[in-house]
Formats: sequence, structure tokens, C-alpha cells
Amino acid sequence: MNQHNLTRRNFLKISTSVAGGLMIGFNIPTTAEAAAGDATEINAWLTIGPDNIVSIVTPQTEMGQGAWTAIPMMVAEELDIPWENVRNVRADANRHVNNADLYTTTSTGGSSTVSKRHPYIMQAGASARERLRVAASKRWNVPLDKVVAKQGILTAEHESSGKLQGTYGEFAADAAAVTLEAEPAIKAYGDWWLLGKEVKRLDVSLKTNGAAIYPIDVSVDGMVYAAVQACPVPEGKLVSYDFEAVKGMPGVIAAVELKQVKDVPVATDLRSAVAIVAESWYQAKNALAVMPIVWDFGRGATISFESQTAEALSLLATSGTLVKDEEGNIGKGLDRGVNHDAVPDLIASASKLVTGEVYSRPFEAHATMMPPCAVVDVKADRVDVWTFTQDIARSLNEVADQLARDTKTVFLHQTHLGGGFGGGYNMDVHRQAAAISESIGRPVKVIRSREEDIAQDSQRPPVWGTYKAALGDDGLPIALVTHFVGEEKKPAYSQRGVANMPYLVPNRRHEYGAVKNHIPIGAHRAPGANSNGFIVEQMADELAQAGGWDPLDWRIKMTEGNEPWQRVLLAMKEKSGWTTDMGNGEGMGLAVVESHGTIAGCVANVSVSRRGQIFIDKLQYFINSGYVINPLVAREQAESSAIWELGHTMFGGLQLRDGRIVNTNFDSYTLMRMPDTPPVIEVNLEMSQDQWWGGLGEPTGPPTPPAVANAIFYATGTRIRTTPLSKAEL
Amino acid sequence: MAITLNINGQDHEIDVDPQMPLLWAIREKAGLTGTKFGCGIAQCGACTVIVDGNAVRSCNTPVATAVGKAIRTIEGVSANNDHPVQVAWQELTVPQCGYCQSGQIMSAVALLENSPSPTDNEIDKAMAGNICRCGTYPRIRAAIHRAAELTK
Repeated sequence: MNQHNLTRRNFLKISTSVAGGLMIGFNIPTTAEAAAGDATEINAWLTIGPDNIVSIVTPQTEMGQGAWTAIPMMVAEELDIPWENVRNVRADANRHVNNADLYTTTSTGGSSTVSKRHPYIMQAGASARERLRVAASKRWNVPLDKVVAKQGILTAEHESSGKLQGTYGEFAADAAAVTLEAEPAIKAYGDWWLLGKEVKRLDVSLKTNGAAIYPIDVSVDGMVYAAVQACPVPEGKLVSYDFEAVKGMPGVIAAVELKQVKDVPVATDLRSAVAIVAESWYQAKNALAVMPIVWDFGRGATISFESQTAEALSLLATSGTLVKDEEGNIGKGLDRGVNHDAVPDLIASASKLVTGEVYSRPFEAHATMMPPCAVVDVKADRVDVWTFTQDIARSLNEVADQLARDTKTVFLHQTHLGGGFGGGYNMDVHRQAAAISESIGRPVKVIRSREEDIAQDSQRPPVWGTYKAALGDDGLPIALVTHFVGEEKKPAYSQRGVANMPYLVPNRRHEYGAVKNHIPIGAHRAPGANSNGFIVEQMADELAQAGGWDPLDWRIKMTEGNEPWQRVLLAMKEKSGWTTDMGNGEGMGLAVVESHGTIAGCVANVSVSRRGQIFIDKLQYFINSGYVINPLVAREQAESSAIWELGHTMFGGLQLRDGRIVNTNFDSYTLMRMPDTPPVIEVNLEMSQDQWWGGLGEPTGPPTPPAVANAIFYATGTRIRTTPLSKAEL
Repeated sequence: MAITLNINGQDHEIDVDPQMPLLWAIREKAGLTGTKFGCGIAQCGACTVIVDGNAVRSCNTPVATAVGKAIRTIEGVSANNDHPVQVAWQELTVPQCGYCQSGQIMSAVALLENSPSPTDNEIDKAMAGNICRCGTYPRIRAAIHRAAELTK
């Protein structure tokens, strides 16, 4: 880690520049603002007040996944301060960006806040505790090893004066001046007093009375509203618009063209679009809806999901590109004893060959409950930003880039996020707001209509996949070739959970390809694994069945020696009531997918009515993520990811026609609702607690669709190879 | 047009287009931002408020139709965030991203005022208009039962 993160020098240097930080519509200050009172900043991560209240910084965005609670917990564990004394404060994005990434990263995704970032976050707490001890040792004139820091209190026995005691708050100013010779080590599992306990998230009560502030809730003096429209066929460009036709409408102030600089923009570049600015968002939206606009649709106009599917099928009919070990982003896990070369001969000479049919998944949108929104106030000497982002530093840099301003003059204020799921990464809404505010000289709030949100989202890509396998005398595969086709913008997604599947097939070959695609693509809760798991885990069932194996026993056999997987599979066998023979239109199915370092298994019980309607009666999850620091939030996230993916499995699916997404609101892009929710969802955390940290915000999604599809197979004898399942003929 | 809206027992004099959806009058004119915009076509329920005792989607309700009626928003559910529905929501840690929860809570409050001990089926029916992308449905269902218990 960077030692400079923990020194006070950075703070002293820049504190004057953040003192003017705005406090508009905010209930939570940044550390600098907290320290502007009489609290002392020990290091960039925390301040301690004279009342022994500790304010801990959260650089990651809170979107319901618990970053706001997990980060303070990790710091408090090391600092050793009662949880009631802990307050959460937001990281100052400006300070982070202009001080060599002070908090290492502000990116919030990949289920990584705890799993990947705990070493330096816990270090910040350990370092502060150590400096408090040094400060007490000096003031009391006792050896350091006699000073104990526990639950916010420093104590020591002194030879002459007896027992000495003081709060952290009393030593905070001294501690801030201490420089450590060496950083203390962070605690190991087993030494924890707070981590591992069920702790309620700190953001819960703010979200039961409307107090939590999202970008859409921010107001700035003199602010106006903008509705935006980019080309409905992504990559297309604005040719002309007729503002004269709408400028007399109520409240309308201006039209602003948003210019695309790059020929083919990436998802965070400003895309060619036009905005109407008005006194109310409703007025802006109404005027934009009737303003004549001419577009050049570009190359995408001839692309549809049907044309992409036809292209994928023709690619699957030939050999694809071989996934090689050195392609770390695609071939992770290929070191599990893979032999590519022998596969074609073994398949050609197989005595028992299994040939898979083509499976597929469609595009899906994030459709976060808060449509993308940003407020930007561009002034001569500073820019203030509130936006939909999963990375405050990245978005600050994007606004600075858009306006060609020094990052020192751009202030991005973290807010709550109305859902993220990856959608808050590939977003140009703050560039739009910045460009509009600069153009009209007033602060502006851009809100995307739901239709604009879904039409312009960075979508989860489609995938098409199939396989062939040669089985040996024991019915187990001796050679396997998979061929998955994704799309050209993020082809690596088509291999996540495929090339690195854990099944011990001695000879494996993984091929991939990509179809033409102009639709923007982005991360989407368990990217790649979410769609690919549907294919791999139905393949596993088909191979088991072809070889005469029970699907659960097959997986146990095929992952022999892989302890993390065995723990999940054996728990499923022991606890789930597993059977493939329920009868009466009922079925049980299972699937296991590893993503974000966590192995998640799902057992689904379904029933199918005589008219072919599918009911999900029960979902059981068996999760092995290694350490779990907060089982309550772990279960919340397991339920959440499961229902997220079940919604796409049963109902979702974007339709792409003439280059544009056509189902762009909740009447046509159907998602999970209360009556569709399974009556029983059980989450079992099969904790291994053995020096390993997996993520928990996403992994129960991927095994859900194949577990349900496998269950439908055992209920009906019909295998469904695409989603949404509710449209399948049963 | 100048109109008076009675929101949470307080009169707000506002000047608006009578066709403007109630949602935008509440958010932009009355300055109460707890009520959210989600879809604009009454499909997601994020904008749910209670008008004369009934849960209403404010995003497609013209503001003129709410004049002379009692409008309740999330800010008016309780003064101290301690209505039984809010308490149950906190106990069962229902909200995740939280964006849909104002609407969920208003639908639940209206349901419990009309049916103090709802069955699962009644809950499904009353809550079907409120989408939650975080998938907090099982916790919402349990929290409505809990709120019913707390109200007894």
C-alpha cells in the first residue's frame, strides 16, 4: 500500500482548498468538513472528536450493497472503537484525485470493497490505533508495550502514578503528530471482535423517510432542468433539429446540441445528442418529445437481434478462436490441466459423443430504479457535480476532461445511488450536464426519461454457446470443446465462467467469436458469468445425464480435490433434499457458478402447470466466499442478486430491431414484481474462513437461471435453451 | 395557474400548468424530494403517494385532480421515522439502494390502513405495482406482516 495514505502531511497541504466545499442538500459531511469542527484528522481515513466520536471515510459509493457500513466496520475493527461511536463520512473526490489517488481507488464494483480492499482499509485503522498508543506512551512516559488501546480507551499501568486512562479523543491531536517507524500488522481471522458479526447497515433508516439524497434530489440556486435525447440507434449522429418549432412552449429556455468528439465513442464519451432546457423537467421533456430531429443512424440501422443471432449461428458452425492460457482476461484458470491439442482427435474418434444444441441469452438493461441523472454547476472558477456514478474519481476526471478544466477546480459530491449494478460505470450523463451548464451559464439538472435510459444504457451483451464432448467408459467426459460467441465490444465476457470452469475434463478446448454490434456494452452484475452460467451449467446436466450420472454426483466427482467447490456441493447433497424425481409436474434443479472469487450454488424447486406456467416454489443457496465480515449483509446481497437474475431469467430480454432497443419502459421490458417472487429463498453461508476473501454482491445471480432451467427439465422433460423462460413453450 | 395543494396537512400555493403530473409539483414546486421519479407511465410505483386514503401513482396524475384533496408523501408518514411500517422496514433492513422504498412504504401504509392484517395474497396484489430492482420483495413481504403486528 502507499504509505502516504496514512500521513497527515497531505491533509495540511490541501485543507484550504476544500474548506469551501459546498454543503447543498446533504446530510453527510466529508472528512474535511467534519475536521473543520473540532475533530482531529488522524489520517485521511478518519477523524476523532473530543467526544470520542470517530468519523470514517467511505471512498466507495453506497448503493444498498453495504460499502457505507463495511468500510467503517473494517476500520473500527482495527482502531478498536465501540460501533456506537462510529460515524460515516464521504470521501472528498477532489482531494482523492488531486493527491495521487489518496484512497487508492473510489471504484465501486466487482464485489471488491471487502474482498480486495480490506488490507489497506484495515491498515488505516491499525495505523491510527498505533499512533494513539505512541501518543499516550509519550504523554504518560510509560513504555509503549504497557499501553493498551481498547474500545476507545487508552490505559496503562505506571510504576509511580498507578493506573492511567484516557479516551482516544484526548490523545487525537498528539496522535496526529506521531510518525510511526513501522506500520503494525493487521489482525487475522480469529482476532476479530466486530468483523463477522451481524451489523445493520448505517443507511437503512435514511431510506425509510425520504431523507437519503440521490443526484435527482439535489437542488442548486438558479437551477434549470434538461431532458436529453441521443440517437435512438447508438453510434448514430444528430443531423439537425428544429428548436423554432418548440421554443414557444411553456417554460422552454433553450436547446443545446451535445457534440460527439470521437467517431465511435466509448460508453463514457459524450454521445451525439440534443437537449431541451426548461424551467421544469416536465416542460423540457414535453418539448423534446415533439421537437423535429433528424438523425444519421449510422451502421447500426441494419443490425437486429435476429441478424446478430444469424451471424452467431454461422460462426458456431465453424471453428472459433482458441482461448489460450496467456489471455489472462479470458483464459483465467486454464492452468487446471488443460490440453488443447488432443481434443479434435478425441472428439472425432469418440465412442460416445454428446453434441450440445445452441444456447443463448439476450441483451439486458440495468434499468436502475433511479434513471441516470446529474446536476452540474459550471462557474468561472469552480465546477460542482452530483451524478449517477460508481466511481466518483473517474466521473470527476470525465467532467474535468469535458470542460477542459483543472481537476483541482472540479468538486464531485458523493450521493446515495438509486441502484448501480454496473450501470454507474459507463455513463455520460455528467458530461451531458456539464456541457449544458457551460453552454447556458446556469446550473442544470439532467434527468433521463426511462425510455432514454434503457435506449442508451451500456447493456449486458448477448451470448450464444454450444459444446461437444467425448465420454469415456465411466460416462465421464474425456474431451470437451466449447464454443461461445459474444459481441465485438467486450468479447471477453463470453468466456467468463467458461474457460475457467472447474470441471476436471482432461482434454479441453475453448473457442470464441464475436458478432457485429453497435449497442454500448457495460458491466452488469456478475458480468459474463450471469449469462454463461446458464449454458455451462445446463451442459453439465446434459453431460451427466448422457453418462448415466446424477447431476449432483457428477459435479462432486468432476471437482474432486477442489475443496471450496466440494464444500458447496456436499452441503447441497446434505441439506437441500436433492432429488431428480419429484413427479406431478414438479422438479428440482441445481447449478453452481464461481464468480468474484465466490462459489455459489443454487437448488431450485419449480412446478409447471398443465398450461405451461412456471412457478418457482423455492430457491436454496449454498455460498462459499471464504471470510464473511457481516453475515446479515451477505444474506441481503445473496437474496438481491438471486432475484435480480431471476427477473431477467423469467421475464427480461431487450429486443433490438432496426438498430434500436424497442422495449424501453417497464410496460414492455418486464421485470420481477412482488407476486412473481418465490415464497421461499434460503441462504446458507458455507463459510470456510480459511485465509480467502470472495465477493458477495453478485455471485448468487449466475447459478439461478440454470438451476431453474434444470428444474424445469426434471419437471417436464423439456430443456429450455434461451431466456426469458416465461416465453418458452411447455 | 395558481393552485393550492394540501400536502402532509400543509397548504402549498404553487403556480403550475394544471396538466403537470402531481409528482413534479411535489418535487420541484413543494420541494419534497422523498417521492421519486421512476418511469413516468405508472408502471414502477416509485412515485406512489396517498391521496384521500388511496395509493396513487403521482407521475401520471394531473396536479389539478389533486386540488382540495389530502395528499400524503413519505415525509408525512411520521415526524420521527417511527410509523410501524418504517419501524418494521428498519428492523428487517428492507431498503437496499432505497430509491423505490418511499413508494413501497406509501403502498404498504395504504394497504394496512385498508386491511390491517393482510394475507400474502393481499400483499402481492397491493404491492404488484411497485418495482424494486434490488429485489427486496421477500423482506417487504415480511415487513408488512411485522408492521401489522406492531399496529395491533
